Amino acid sequence: MSILVYTENWDGKFKKVSFELITYANELAKKLNTSVTALSIGQVSEEELKKLGTYGASKILSVTDEKLITLDNQSYTSVIAQAVAKENAAIVLFAQNNAGKAIAPRLSVRLKAGIANGVMSLPSNLAPFTITKKSYTSKAMANVVIKTPIKIVTLLQNTIGIVESPVSSTIENFTPEINPAEIKTIVKEVNKVTGKILLTDAEIVVSGGRGMKGPENWGAIEELAQVLNAATACSRPVSDEGWRPHDEHTGQTGKIIAPNLYLAFGISGAIQHLGGISSSKCIVAINKDPDAPIWEAANYGIVGDALKILPEFIAAVKELKAGQ
Amino acid sequence: MKVLVCISHVPDTTTKIKFLNDNTVLDTTGIQWIINPWDELALTRILDIKDAKPGSIENVTVINVGLADTEPTIRKALAIGADKGVRVNAEAKDSFYIATQLSEYIKKESFDIILCGIESADGNGSSVGGMLSELLGIPSVSAVSFLDIDGGQIQLKREIDGGQELVNIPTPFVAIVQKGICKEARIPSMRGIMGARTKPLQVLEPIVCESLVDIANYEYPKPRAACKKVDPENVKELIHLLHNEAKVL
Repeated sequence: MSILVYTENWDGKFKKVSFELITYANELAKKLNTSVTALSIGQVSEEELKKLGTYGASKILSVTDEKLITLDNQSYTSVIAQAVAKENAAIVLFAQNNAGKAIAPRLSVRLKAGIANGVMSLPSNLAPFTITKKSYTSKAMANVVIKTPIKIVTLLQNTIGIVESPVSSTIENFTPEINPAEIKTIVKEVNKVTGKILLTDAEIVVSGGRGMKGPENWGAIEELAQVLNAATACSRPVSDEGWRPHDEHTGQTGKIIAPNLYLAFGISGAIQHLGGISSSKCIVAINKDPDAPIWEAANYGIVGDALKILPEFIAAVKELKAGQ
Repeated sequence: MKVLVCISHVPDTTTKIKFLNDNTVLDTTGIQWIINPWDELALTRILDIKDAKPGSIENVTVINVGLADTEPTIRKALAIGADKGVRVNAEAKDSFYIATQLSEYIKKESFDIILCGIESADGNGSSVGGMLSELLGIPSVSAVSFLDIDGGQIQLKREIDGGQELVNIPTPFVAIVQKGICKEARIPSMRGIMGARTKPLQVLEPIVCESLVDIANYEYPKPRAACKKVDPENVKELIHLLHNEAKVL
């Protein structure tokens, strides 16, 4: 028996969430007295693959078949199912991101394996296997019991701190059967975000709401994000107005994020917005309305005009950075 | 083309959530029920295409797995413009149970496009669409943020973690839809509401199916400590706290 982790790379480099998953799997493996196998699909160098061993993967299966160049949900499900069988895996881990959401449910049916999505911590009990996941868009947590022999867990990004735990690891070229006729997804065009920190990966997020008054004032948000090496986000009215692109919308129906620091400028904090940010470790609000709901969620803040405070905030952060 | 939209019946997203019986069941007192927001966006988009391009879409059916209390939600989907409603008369146990019931209906009909929202506002499972496609043995595209039909050609865009892809996929397929697919959900008109009363709403009995997971109970998130507020004249103090106390800068 083992724990199988589906790890993702971006242009040959593992995403941060892949190391979070291995760290999580390693903790879980200790409880279950078993080992961690990582599955990598794509062109990843041996040096990069070895990094997975640093976090506790004792075996790394590398699939480099060119047929898997783009994500096709059916063929990826087949490949992962073959890895599960080969490794006799009892638990399969994915990230709760676009790829995880696309593949994990298909694998669940293929293996008749119950699934718990959006998990933030290790299981509270091993028999029966009980694990806590978010529900009602973070307004509650559900304690889910997975009843099947094989269990699938998808982990919320940025909820587990990466911990090094080096083990001696072996890298194996894995060549699963792939039926070309099964690959139905044809990607005609790719539009990659470049030179920007991904919102779901970012440790710090700078976000603006209606209190920013208009798109012309976003220069300061972007400047602060650059100084902090942060991603930019916005509230729903802002993306609905077209002040910012939809992929920045953070909230219940937009992106759900959990950075270490969430800076909210001019965001009142409607319950739908809080649903997308409430897992952030530290929330800072700058808002002139002392009765805004954001104060219920914020750890720190200033009651004041976001537009007036932003330049001073940037100056103070620059001063801090200069002294570091 | 025939289209099916799978809709879930969920508490209004502004509702406060409370539980009863040792936190094992949702307290439904005072809850307003709505079409799951992502499902409603999917439905709106397909109806917009149907209206804008006559002949592109033959009909749009909506389906829900739920007891009789979900019928007002199905009627709302009909009021927005769906042609037919179907309800599988069962309490939804888990995602696998729901997907199994949906697949039984779909196997008997033939749909070219099946739309599901990427997540439901209650279980947050993000699973039904993917499970359904696997049960049917057909392709799926997840995180779809753009859908159009032009002269029988279907255009799809999906979000990847770090960009977007324009994707081709043969019908029948399941598209799992997210935000961006359309700007705002439709609001039913008075004429739509009147018309919805006479549109067909078929009720089917469920097949026997075991769930793969159970919910033992619920918990509330831990309340946050009170917010530390800093004087607006002293922005530096806030940066100091974030650096030295919260250790996040």
